[in-house]
Amino acid sequence: MKKRRGRGPRLSRRSFLAGTGAVAAGLSFRPGLSWAGEEPKLNFYNWDTYIGETTLDDFKDATGIEVTMDLFADNDELFAKLKEGNPGYDVIVPTNDYVERMIRAEMLTPLDHGKIPNFRKNVAKAFQDAEFDPGRKYSMPYMWGTQGIGYRKSKVDGVPDSWKYLLDSDRYSGRIALLSEGVLGAALKYLGYSYNSKDPKEIKEAEELLIRQKPHIKVFAEDNGQDLLLSGEVDLTMEWNGDILQVMEEDDDISYIVPKEGSLVWQDCLCIPTGAPHPDNAHRFINFILDAEVGAAIADFIQYATPNEAARKLLPDEYNNNPAIFPSEETLARCEAAIYLGEDVQRLRDEAWTRVLAA
Amino acid sequence: MDSWRKNPVVFWALNLPPTIWLVVFFIIPLGLIWVISFGEKRGVVDIEITWTLDNYLRALDPLYLGIFWKSIWMAFLATVVCLIVGYPVAFAIAFAPSRWKPLLLLGLMVPFWINILIRTYALIAVFRTRGYVNFTLEWLWEKAHAALTLIGIDPTWLLGARFDPLQLLYNNFAVNLGIVYAFFPFMVLPLYANIEKLDRTYMEASLDLGAGHWRTFISVVLPLTWHGALSGIIIVFIPALGAFFIPDLLGGTDSQLIGNVIERQFKSANDWPFGAALSFLLMYATFGALALRSLIAGRKQGLEI
Repeated sequence: MKKRRGRGPRLSRRSFLAGTGAVAAGLSFRPGLSWAGEEPKLNFYNWDTYIGETTLDDFKDATGIEVTMDLFADNDELFAKLKEGNPGYDVIVPTNDYVERMIRAEMLTPLDHGKIPNFRKNVAKAFQDAEFDPGRKYSMPYMWGTQGIGYRKSKVDGVPDSWKYLLDSDRYSGRIALLSEGVLGAALKYLGYSYNSKDPKEIKEAEELLIRQKPHIKVFAEDNGQDLLLSGEVDLTMEWNGDILQVMEEDDDISYIVPKEGSLVWQDCLCIPTGAPHPDNAHRFINFILDAEVGAAIADFIQYATPNEAARKLLPDEYNNNPAIFPSEETLARCEAAIYLGEDVQRLRDEAWTRVLAA
Repeated sequence: MDSWRKNPVVFWALNLPPTIWLVVFFIIPLGLIWVISFGEKRGVVDIEITWTLDNYLRALDPLYLGIFWKSIWMAFLATVVCLIVGYPVAFAIAFAPSRWKPLLLLGLMVPFWINILIRTYALIAVFRTRGYVNFTLEWLWEKAHAALTLIGIDPTWLLGARFDPLQLLYNNFAVNLGIVYAFFPFMVLPLYANIEKLDRTYMEASLDLGAGHWRTFISVVLPLTWHGALSGIIIVFIPALGAFFIPDLLGGTDSQLIGNVIERQFKSANDWPFGAALSFLLMYATFGALALRSLIAGRKQGLEI
């Protein structure tokens, strides 16, 4: 999965402050070692602007543990950095399909749920188990979101609440951008199949649908659909909700909807990589983040959907009722998370995509 | 040149660092990719080297051959454009007054100091629907519209009811333009070096003896500067063949080049053996081009003796 953080210049100042805070925390001198035999340090590997403004300082005040935060740009980078051995990170934030990959590659440490009481206490039922990590042995939910349609309100008729407008219609011909990543799944969804379909016939059908629609599509975007939308290059784009939320802050004419056929739902998780030097501190940090007030402060700052039920109760309606953050229960029920499909299916789907692009 | 036999210590002291550099950062990684291209996937991260040829056979599928062919065609087109535009530019610099030359060369090189990715993004700002080219055209359209109205001609049938922005991005034209823009200095510099060395009296003689400018260029200048052109062609064509982020950023729905397919194998498709095989096929094509170059150069030398 590609980058979808880095919430633009408006927030970069805050991320800078958070960064300097982390550096300052790293530099400040604390004499003596801590109680549990583990030095009071923690190395956190996170996305950019993806933590509360004071979360790391608050954690230090509460526990005396100093957090050093490094940033990665996408899951590929995170995966590549840890693939040949953990360079010293204690807590990482992979997305669900990469959690699954990392479990298979034995890159994650099993979690001790006894040390994370906030998980059972605060996290919504729907997130207490996961298909990609049965029993939540390796991962705790951090934030989640969707893929959907970002659109310019003044240029479309009504609300484009179906994949039809993007994938099977000439109504908005030449004003559509689709995401290279996930468009095959969206086509499968539109046809009424699973986002994770393994059936060659269904994949072929999705491929043919996309080839038929190609003349009406302006561009298969990498991860810049929001920029194309903002600059007026297109009027409808398939995108990650976080990216569209970012441009919605700049332009009132832009909105976001998860199509009624359902879509992709993603989940970023807190995990402890194999070989983490401070596993006890890591457990304490994860438990701290899953606290109601801490989770509320983070979600309020970064404006992503939190799986933390207790935290949501502390947050205003304007956050809880924002359809770009929380789609309706009904739509959400039709969304699926990407799962690992095996090498053969992956190859089948990549070849289908190559044929769409070559057609 | 056999002094290295007399001074082996000096020779190795000077040559060891670059040799180690070459082996560690070029030969070994390349060797690893070569070995992986004969592997089979066994899971998410495991690749077993079975010396299978399946990856290469898969690359010979018409689907991938078509993409190879398209990439070669696009790289060829970009090289030709570079050559046609590059000659006059190189000439202009070579024949400019000597105090202008460094400035002109600097003008050619300065954009090169900026990261290619940033320059490609800049192209987007220039060419998009609401970019600088269309803004300029729209401004001209409005002026022409106003002028025609002023002299009493209805401008609608001549200029249309409203300005229609040109679609300059997200198509193969944009990809070609991006490649030409990115690699243009590679063409001009060797050409300039050769034209600069050229003995001007040959051209004067040709013109004195009655040949026109075109004839002089074809019969005198071209044969004498062909070496520079050949170098330029090679160093433009090879990187153009592997371009991937230019079609990613500027291309439309049918601008996939082989570089994009290879990139995807190493990232989202997570199929390193196949990506490695495609890379090596591309490299063999490059070797072929280089061999052709030395063959042509060799034959020329043979003729001159």
